[in-house]
Amino acid sequence: MSPAPVTPPPAQKDSSQVRQKAMIARHFDRLAAAPETGARSAYTFVPGNLTELLLSFDVLPVLPEINALQSAMRGKTAEYIAMAEKLGHSEDVCTYVKSDIGMMKSGNVGPTGQRLPTPDLLLLSYTGCFTFMKWFELLREEYHSPVAMLHVPYQADGRITEAMRTYVVDQLKTAVIPKLEEITGRNYDEDRLKALLARSAQAEDDLVWVLQSAKHVPSPIDAYFGAVYYVGPIFSAFRGTEDAVQYYRELREEIAERMREGKGPVTPDGEMDRERFRVVVEGPPNWTSFRQFWKMFADEGAVAVASTYSKVGGVYDLGFRHDPDRPLETLAEYCLGCYTNLNLPTRIDLLTRYVTEYRADGFLINSVKSCNSFSAGQLHILREVEARSGRPGGFIESDLVDPRYFSAANIKNRLESYFQMLDQKRLGAAS
Amino acid sequence: MTPDPRLSNLVQRADALFRDQALSAVSEWKTRTGGLAVGFLPIYVPRELLHAQGVLPVGLMGGRPDLEIIKGDAYYQSYICHLPRSTIELGLNGSYDALDGLIFPAICDVIRNLSGMWQMLFPHVLVHYLDVPQNFDPAIGGAFYRRDLEMLARALEARGARPLTDDALRQSIALYNENRRLVRDLYALRRREPWKVPTAELYVVLRAALLLPVEEATPLFAEYLELAESDESRRPQDQARVLVAGSFCEQPPLALIKTLERSGCYIVDDDFVQVHRFIRSDIPLDGDPLQRLVEAFLTDAVASPTRYIADGVKGAELEQRLAESGAEGVLFCAPSFCDPALLDQPMAVRAAERAGVPWTAFKYAENSGQFQVIREQAGTFADSIKLWSGV
Ligand code: SF4
Ligand code: SF4
Repeated sequence: MSPAPVTPPPAQKDSSQVRQKAMIARHFDRLAAAPETGARSAYTFVPGNLTELLLSFDVLPVLPEINALQSAMRGKTAEYIAMAEKLGHSEDVCTYVKSDIGMMKSGNVGPTGQRLPTPDLLLLSYTGCFTFMKWFELLREEYHSPVAMLHVPYQADGRITEAMRTYVVDQLKTAVIPKLEEITGRNYDEDRLKALLARSAQAEDDLVWVLQSAKHVPSPIDAYFGAVYYVGPIFSAFRGTEDAVQYYRELREEIAERMREGKGPVTPDGEMDRERFRVVVEGPPNWTSFRQFWKMFADEGAVAVASTYSKVGGVYDLGFRHDPDRPLETLAEYCLGCYTNLNLPTRIDLLTRYVTEYRADGFLINSVKSCNSFSAGQLHILREVEARSGRPGGFIESDLVDPRYFSAANIKNRLESYFQMLDQKRLGAAS
Repeated sequence: MTPDPRLSNLVQRADALFRDQALSAVSEWKTRTGGLAVGFLPIYVPRELLHAQGVLPVGLMGGRPDLEIIKGDAYYQSYICHLPRSTIELGLNGSYDALDGLIFPAICDVIRNLSGMWQMLFPHVLVHYLDVPQNFDPAIGGAFYRRDLEMLARALEARGARPLTDDALRQSIALYNENRRLVRDLYALRRREPWKVPTAELYVVLRAALLLPVEEATPLFAEYLELAESDESRRPQDQARVLVAGSFCEQPPLALIKTLERSGCYIVDDDFVQVHRFIRSDIPLDGDPLQRLVEAFLTDAVASPTRYIADGVKGAELEQRLAESGAEGVLFCAPSFCDPALLDQPMAVRAAERAGVPWTAFKYAENSGQFQVIREQAGTFADSIKLWSGV
């Protein structure tokens, strides 16, 4: 589960977008050159990623979830998934996994058209999703790479206990760091890690500012579709880098400017001129028809003012920041705090809070077939958030990267009826 | 040779318990003893700990096919397995009212999320998410698991259970050791003479035991073992020996198991009701009993798809089970939409292929009603095995 940038969509490119594109290109260039340069790479997941730790060893992160969603945006996943299913992978399971397997079997060509290196390590940050474990067991059989398992306990009672933190820190010390030392031949360098973590916190401050700018009316950003681009660097290979710090500073300045000018978000069709509906969105987007899906909102003047998907790689708006003074503890808390590692009551509280604090007219759940971690329980979430916030919820179903499960007409219909209903409520309230 | 009526009586008794979705046996036990009863979802919880505190552990495995789902479907989309909706249904229709709590072992995202729903839907009962470790170093994963068990013990105590003591826990471990030994014996007998232990029958006995205190479950197993072993009316038939894999959580309808047997298969190993066999051997009675319980989980548990296989070859245990059971084929039989089973399957298939054992796969839901396709598939599979084994 992971947001990521591909080619930023808006017509006119802000300098932050140009920077992000260049960062991504450089990263994939480095990955493509790894067999020659000897650079090490680790495959890992977005929730609970240990980017700073990897970078402190100069290990390049590869995020298979991001590759899968980018493959979807490039129209490749139908073929990849079909290939995986032909190889015996069930039609019922997460399509990210099948897309990844299909991509690997097709030569492991990544989103930039360059070949991805064989991983030197599979860093199994096992947080928020059980599929992760099976995914890397499957990859281990293919790549024969070593695996570092980091089991992150679930926040079943809505809090992080000392025992959980200790458990994760102990694993970092005994299972993860030694593996990184082994594959790189270098020693753990805590000072370097601290410097990276300090930069992470800086970027996180700016990201939170950007996400919270949506409290403004009209919102200068779309905090679901647009946020996918904003969270890309911090959720993936760049957290802790100077590039990320610069990117988020620029982004913040750009959004502040939009806000001053009273502008709405940029959508696939350009700037939105009138904000008609403010909605909170739960669940990941569909990637195979991403722009079409976004347009269905934009055409109605609907702006996502907050989303949970933009928190899968860290719920920074609740206050968490990477803390350079407690390097391993802070990494543990980060892993423990990702959105899908929160229990259902906490998810419901968070959504309700978003609806109220962002003055939303309602909230929408996009329930994806692939993902039990997100989806199992969403109908319960729907009812609870409706009851607590007093705002109407809508429910649509699609999938992440399997085009067979994006029924455009059906989804459009549902969205139109939902927005009509919001309109009527508003009229009712006004009369 | 006539069938032994005591055997059919025993199976009938077990069957009545198996059908007891409203857990009346549990209510009776509570009235009789005044103890707490705590349910647990698949696959495994250390029942010894509950027992040592005077708590009745009650194994819940979803609903039977005849359970009418009225409310449960409103909680789950169509692409989620069936077990959580029947569990919710049974909770909401009062069938689980006798339970003072529920334990949700960490086996998949569905059960995990269900634990949070349970907290909200049934705020008066104990809800414990048993976050079993995926790190098997005693000093790390072991320490974490131990703390989790201590927390569970304290939570039970807060609800009125006895405090956990070493002596009581040691005694409980001894009782469950004996219980597991009998289950191993039953499985061994079925491997040797599968005609004596039809799986549909064994299954019902294993399910019945989930509702009984260990002091009653063990004699039930012992009696069944003795009667089945000595029943000479059961004669071998020309059936294919198969291992059924993947049904460790949501269970297939009993009729499906019967269908497999009728279509020419002897099930010589399976994943059904796995809590009885999750720990493979006796837990030592010396030393610190809680630590022994922890170590058993770390080092002696079955290689479930829900468990990270850190060392060794993935699928090696399946190969070993195939060798030990003499299975001539594998039926991958998983619940629809079951992530752990279905994501694991390609690796399990490779293991079967390494072992040179043919396989076939199908899916079910606990409320499936039609088995025509499965009957034909299993029948053809069994026929092909018999054909080739004769060559
Ligand atoms: S199941 Fe969900 S969280 Fe897990 S890999 Fe798939 S999409 Fe991501
Ligand atoms: S059947 Fe599978 S997916 Fe469903 S609750 Fe059980 S383990 Fe989870």
